[in-house]
Amino acid sequence: MSPLGTQVVQAVVDGVLTGGVYALMAAGLTLIFGVMDIINIAQGILVVLGAYLSYLLSVHLGLDLFVGLVVTVPALFVVGVVVEWAFMRRLAERERTAMSILVTYAVALVIEGLLSVGFGTNYVELNAWYVNRSVHLLGFYLPDIYLFGFALAAVLLGALYAVLYRTRFGASVRASLQDRTAARLVGVNVERVATICFGLGVAVTAAGGMVFGATNAFNPNSGYDLISRLLTIVILGGLGSVGGALGAAVLMLVIEDVVAVVWSPIWSDVVFFAVLVAVLSVRPVGLFGRTLSRAQ
Amino acid sequence: MTDVAALAEPRDLEQVRARRSALVKGARGAFWAAFCALLLAFPVIFPNPTVTSIAVFTVIFMTAATAWNAFSGYSGYIALGHAAFFGTGAYTLAVISTDIHMAPGYGVFSLVPLGGLVAAAAAVPIGLIALRTRRHTFVVLTIAIFFIFQLLATNLSFTGGSSGEATPAPAWSAGGYNDRFYYAGLVCLAVAVAVTLLIRRSRFGLQLLAIRDDEDRAAGLGVAVTRVKLVAFVASAFSVGMVGALYAYFLGQIYPQFAFDPLFDLSVALMAFLGGLGTVSGPLLGALLLEPLQQYFTLQFSASDLYLVVYGALFLAVILFMPRGVVPTVAGALAARRERRAERGRA
Amino acid sequence: MTPLLEVSGVSKSFGGLRALDNCSIAVAEGEIAGLIGPNGSGKTTLFNVITGYVRPDSGTVAFRGLPVPAASPAGVFRLGIGRTFQITRIFGRLSVMENMLVATQRHESWWRSVARSAASRAERGRAAELLEFVGLARFAGTPAGRLSYGQRKLLELAYVLVADPAVVLLDEPAGGVNPTLVNEIAERVRELNRAGKTFLIVEHNMELVMSLCHRVTVMHQGAAIVSGPPEAVRADPRVLDAYLGGEDDELVGAGGDARG
Repeated sequence: MSPLGTQVVQAVVDGVLTGGVYALMAAGLTLIFGVMDIINIAQGILVVLGAYLSYLLSVHLGLDLFVGLVVTVPALFVVGVVVEWAFMRRLAERERTAMSILVTYAVALVIEGLLSVGFGTNYVELNAWYVNRSVHLLGFYLPDIYLFGFALAAVLLGALYAVLYRTRFGASVRASLQDRTAARLVGVNVERVATICFGLGVAVTAAGGMVFGATNAFNPNSGYDLISRLLTIVILGGLGSVGGALGAAVLMLVIEDVVAVVWSPIWSDVVFFAVLVAVLSVRPVGLFGRTLSRAQ
Repeated sequence: MTDVAALAEPRDLEQVRARRSALVKGARGAFWAAFCALLLAFPVIFPNPTVTSIAVFTVIFMTAATAWNAFSGYSGYIALGHAAFFGTGAYTLAVISTDIHMAPGYGVFSLVPLGGLVAAAAAVPIGLIALRTRRHTFVVLTIAIFFIFQLLATNLSFTGGSSGEATPAPAWSAGGYNDRFYYAGLVCLAVAVAVTLLIRRSRFGLQLLAIRDDEDRAAGLGVAVTRVKLVAFVASAFSVGMVGALYAYFLGQIYPQFAFDPLFDLSVALMAFLGGLGTVSGPLLGALLLEPLQQYFTLQFSASDLYLVVYGALFLAVILFMPRGVVPTVAGALAARRERRAERGRA
Repeated sequence: MTPLLEVSGVSKSFGGLRALDNCSIAVAEGEIAGLIGPNGSGKTTLFNVITGYVRPDSGTVAFRGLPVPAASPAGVFRLGIGRTFQITRIFGRLSVMENMLVATQRHESWWRSVARSAASRAERGRAAELLEFVGLARFAGTPAGRLSYGQRKLLELAYVLVADPAVVLLDEPAGGVNPTLVNEIAERVRELNRAGKTFLIVEHNMELVMSLCHRVTVMHQGAAIVSGPPEAVRADPRVLDAYLGGEDDELVGAGGDARG
């Protein structure tokens, strides 16, 4: 294979592996949207918060990053539940779209400010024995952390799937996803489902944040870049569709990595967003979306 | 107001009410006159350069919030990519004034409306694409377009890349230096407010408000929805582009991350929301409250991001206690009080 | 004489559900035509086809003998076909008067619409007259969202009338409205009809349909099966069959009510 060809294949492999982690974070976002009809702009900064929590645990307590998840995932679940309880359920039905975006944006600001005050704006990275190692397989270098991260994402997505499709609670969630009013009529406590889903959707950012922090240097400003990518992914995947988010995440990360190799890393970001604009100018409902909402 | 009460209302009471509403109108007129006078006289009353510098930023954001509200507040489409127009205006002034070696001074201000025009021109294709989508998708699309602009500014050569672009530095004395920018900003503000008033009072504005409430029904009644949305979007981009250009000239040097700042849209949206979305005075009030606060925090705790916390917390508090924003809440309370008084007068 | 509004052989499927099946109806100028049928028989879908909200798979709609091109709702409205919705669609945050003025649309360029105040004196006067007519004049300044359900129906009727359409399609004008207001609405319709306005009404309240309409058409499984004077329709055995017949009609309802 030509050197470029090898690089492209390597980029595709990298894209799939990192795409898995983005899929996990995007799944949380799209789950929250599907159940509550709101977009959680704070999802990006919550990923960063998750990364900082892992950072604290690994630097100060010497906990392994993956072991630390036992603490950070429940911690972010609680954060999500608190945010939902304190703000989201108080939003009036009519202005929900606009207000939810601004409220979660404001929540993001508060978190970003607190992180900046607490940690400063210098970039930090998560470290562990597997962060800078890689295995050599079939001529490709596969960083251990990519493999571990992908495995983690697969496990958690599998768990999410099991919860959604194999439990009573999951049935309530899916009912709420389809029609809140109907779900309420058949006895689903939609408010509680919403709170738990918000918590779950945020909890996955702890895992996403840990892998993100181990593969990228980050600071409190990293949330903007993350949220814009995650939003692009969930829109392309069709809002509310967990499967669509998975497909879109892997597709977008592969495109980005391949563009970085064949063209330039500088333009890969532009291409990332340009794909969204191009797709939506042809298909306003996204790649995998089906319905166009009727009213504003 | 029950219909029985309306029927029973005696003639003279109606006159009392008419006189009272005339009084309210008069008071409102007097308030606005005083407000404008204060705006005009501000640099004379407070000549301190630190204060006038804050005033310049405040006027810029009053304009931006007003312009943002003219589209998003009235149409219900929450745009979070107006920073793209702000940055386009800023780069228009910076690039052109540098490329044609413009002499520093008043002449550069002539590029301010040009910044608005270029931003408006950019808004046409953006609007045509983005306005086909609705609600969340629209919001995300505007954010994505904003990031494309930011990345282009960072990576294209004619913008000076990440090292930014300098604007001509006028040799005005430090004393009245800020005043010139302040008054230029007031002109932009007047344009933005005039556009808003024109929209609010016209048939066009009614169409825009109808779109906010039920777009499909408005279309069914013969409102040319795409055109109405697009015109409002472009008009909004124009004012934002103007103050973007002014901002670049005022700062003297612009960088991609300042001209295309993701916080910009949140700031203007918070201002409009705090004051009251879809009102004329709301965004003005919101910007008057928030921008000096932000500038104060930046000056006081220069390195810290504490103001983000205060900013966010303030907004959350407003949502919890005044979900409609300050102006509509206060106006509603006043109207309720007038109603109660009238009720009492009748009894 | 050509009917004012004529639907010929219209079919429409949603997925596998056949909401309209070769449906034909005609409405003559100056009459109040009723459209009844069991839930899911395709009445609302037919309305949506006529008013341009749904594109039929086949068949044509003609207005004054000329085919209505597969147009937008706005285009159909401009031709002179107004409609109200089963669930009223008013502009909740605009005042009642402003709701009326939104419907006062003329063909004009956007810059003229910017330069113009929300409405001329004549247009305001006309709107006020219509509000008076439906008994909502005293609510002119009230946000429409605060009106009761029945009042919303009256408002929707009033603002559809602003544009002076030749024919008005009413989708369940009496649905969920208290009896006093039902009479009120019926009275308004009669009065307008006496002044020459044509109506096509979908309604479940049989008493209202039978007393109000000059001619009633019964729909069943997406097609018009019977049409005639109220007494004749009431006596027709096929109508009873349609109402008591197959349960699977409800299936079509899912598609028939999909209003896009």
